[in-house]
Amino acid sequence: MDEIQKKLTAPSKASREDVTGRIISYTCIAAIITLVISILYFITSRGIATFTTNHVNLWQFLSGKEWNPGSLNAKGQPQVGALPMIVTSFSVTILAALVATPFAIAVALFMTDIAPKSGAKFLQPVIELLVGIPSVVYGFIGLTVVVPFIRHLFGGTGSGILAGTIVLFVMVLPTITSLAVDALRAVPAYFRSASLALGATRFQTIYKVLLRAAMPRLLTAVIFGMARAFGEALAVQMVIGNAVLMPHNLVTPTSTLTSQLTTNIGNTIMGTLPNNALWSLALILLLMSLVFNLLIRYIGKRGEIKS
Amino acid sequence: METYDLSQTHIITPPEEIALSTNQLQVYYGNSSHASMTDASLSFPRFQITALIGASGSGKSTYLRSLNRMNDRIARVQGEIIYRDTNINSPKVNVYEVRKHIGMVFQKPNPFAKSIAENITFALKAAGITNRQELKQRVESSLKEAALWDEVKDDLNKSALALSGGQQQRLCIARAIAMKPDILLLDEPASALDPISTTKLEVTLKELTKKYTIIIVTHNMQQASRISAYTAFFHLGHVIEYDQTEKIFQTPEIRATHDYVTGNFG
Amino acid sequence: MTPNQTDRIATQIINCLVLIVVLILFFLLGDIILSGFPHISWHFLTSPSSSFSAGGGIRDQLFNSLYLLVLTLIISFPLALGSAIYLSEYAGNNWRTGLIRTAIEVLSSLPSVVVGLFGYLLFVIEFHMGFSILSGAIALTFFNLPLLVRSIEGSLHAVPDSQREAGIALGLSNWRTIRGIILPAALPGILTGIILSAGRVFGEAAALIYTAGQSAPVLNYSNWNPTDSSSFLNPMRPAETLAVHIWKVNTEGVTPDAVSISAGASAVLIIVILIFNFGARAIGNHMFKKMTGGK
Repeated sequence: MDEIQKKLTAPSKASREDVTGRIISYTCIAAIITLVISILYFITSRGIATFTTNHVNLWQFLSGKEWNPGSLNAKGQPQVGALPMIVTSFSVTILAALVATPFAIAVALFMTDIAPKSGAKFLQPVIELLVGIPSVVYGFIGLTVVVPFIRHLFGGTGSGILAGTIVLFVMVLPTITSLAVDALRAVPAYFRSASLALGATRFQTIYKVLLRAAMPRLLTAVIFGMARAFGEALAVQMVIGNAVLMPHNLVTPTSTLTSQLTTNIGNTIMGTLPNNALWSLALILLLMSLVFNLLIRYIGKRGEIKS
Repeated sequence: METYDLSQTHIITPPEEIALSTNQLQVYYGNSSHASMTDASLSFPRFQITALIGASGSGKSTYLRSLNRMNDRIARVQGEIIYRDTNINSPKVNVYEVRKHIGMVFQKPNPFAKSIAENITFALKAAGITNRQELKQRVESSLKEAALWDEVKDDLNKSALALSGGQQQRLCIARAIAMKPDILLLDEPASALDPISTTKLEVTLKELTKKYTIIIVTHNMQQASRISAYTAFFHLGHVIEYDQTEKIFQTPEIRATHDYVTGNFG
Repeated sequence: MTPNQTDRIATQIINCLVLIVVLILFFLLGDIILSGFPHISWHFLTSPSSSFSAGGGIRDQLFNSLYLLVLTLIISFPLALGSAIYLSEYAGNNWRTGLIRTAIEVLSSLPSVVVGLFGYLLFVIEFHMGFSILSGAIALTFFNLPLLVRSIEGSLHAVPDSQREAGIALGLSNWRTIRGIILPAALPGILTGIILSAGRVFGEAAALIYTAGQSAPVLNYSNWNPTDSSSFLNPMRPAETLAVHIWKVNTEGVTPDAVSISAGASAVLIIVILIFNFGARAIGNHMFKKMTGGK
């Protein structure tokens, strides 16, 4: 009797195990949090050196059109105008999303409402396959197929925003599609049956009921796609031409933030202005990915289907 | 629903030796200040079956799960639970030891995704029993006690998930008694079973009272009257009446109990 | 136009768009396979690459990719597992957990080039690890962690709560219950998640060009001493992977047969990733069947 009473109040192997378990899992999560904080810290501290150490004016950096960090302009100031890259990055991102969205929604509708059985069975693996293709392979096909094709049609080198858009369109298509499928599947079945029962045609149901109910989540799907496009580096770098020029049309070489980074970070010396300026580009990328993240959260919070 | 006077109660203390008792037990879920279980003071006699009955939401399962501290993760439990002269509802008490002595079987059969034998040996090994002969013997004896041995003795290495619902539930009982507990808590163990499995289970439970004290939650009043010696009636988080089962079902003291057992309830 | 006509036209438009997408996919796969397959030969897979002359192979790059993948998984799996256990088993429903989840989401939304640059800054430069397999594996770990955490947490979450209760009710510690009951039950899902993430890691290049580097020194496959600089096992040597190789031969333009090498390498890359994808599904299904006794 006494022994059992003693056991009831004494720590045992099990209680020690639990302490071990907590320590292990808390350590792992702490490591990840430390990692995220240090990424934010290091990129930010490097990225602002252009403005704090080299005293470049932030506005000039964002609005200047001349990018030649190694040399000074007529007024004796470094030429670090990032506008061409910012414009190009946004152009390819928005254009790719604009082209991809109708296709993605069409495929998603086909899988959820038009041919839910055969369509989903065939298209699901297709989409997963597209997601799995590495970005360098997309870049390579862009370089060997898309760029020559554009060159053939418009002359010039063939690289530029158009080539970048086409490559990114194919890359973000599966991302947006699979999220759009989730969005449409999340619309309760009775939304559909209620509308059809009122005599609406399938298209009326899709257009007036389904797309509207799923709109917030469809929007997040598109933003996810845009985030992927904005941050994509190598595939774009291979087809964009990498000349830091303000884009005047869609078929002349230009440069995105990511392509400029990948092309040049290895050719500059740590701590110099040309290097710091590149880190500032990385900082813009980081901030934009935070913005996309916030947008997705904001829309996600507002758009939960109320039923 | 008719409102009953919840302060009107009739609670006895059984004359037999008491295995477990609670004193003013209160349960609060989450951050709620509303008690889901109010001032439950009950004593459970040794080597008997005690049934806890009441409508859904009456607090009977909440109460049962508090007895071996299963509610620790999700609720605050106040008051005393006395087991072997120790208040086991104290932060100083080693809950893992408590649960070894007070086993539990749940509403839905929940065997592990392991073989039948491993289902039983897993916790034994964790408790430090490594002798293969002893493990084998415990598997056999617990399965026999749970009246499952004859059905599975040739399939001990098969997945437990391949068993029928009734067999799974008896395996869960075997798993619990393999730990050689004192007390067995059962939370509506037959609610997911067909009538034949239920009958088998009830026969098994009656057999088990030779060695174990059993407290069972059930919404099936026939079941309570068939197997238990004492019955407690719960209503809206209060214990309304506790007495010998015969008394509860034939001449209850409180009107709420009367209405419930005669089916004029709600 | 009547509603019915609109309906027909709209359906036709949707069908058209779907058809175009399917055609694009067939074109992509056809292009990779038709232009890549003819270049895959035993010689291609087993000879070292050459920068300035034609006829180079991808032996070292292929090995580097696999080695890097293994190292990445060795580093990232335990971390992801521990974190996923924290999130699914220990984390309360409060602001702290919300913050942790946000941090992981931020990590997953970072462009891989930014993750790679961070690895470059911290490990290659600050920690003097140079362009090395280890730097690359750490960078890929950062890139892989959020996905892996999410998929493992999902698998753990899918194990019904009744299994946890069953373990705890037997007097087992939470940790023992997690290790001995929840993890084995979640194993098919966890494995599927690992293999799918392996496919992503295998094809990643942007995070690697400034961490694992862009050069592939000739390796000595008979030197099993990991500390020796010519050993194929040395984690401190620079290592160009298959995906980086495709990028490099195309952007530098000094290799005469860059196109055919890339085509062959792309096909190899896709085949390996396809094997991962099908393998993930097959293993997941097989284990699930085995565990539930074929029911």
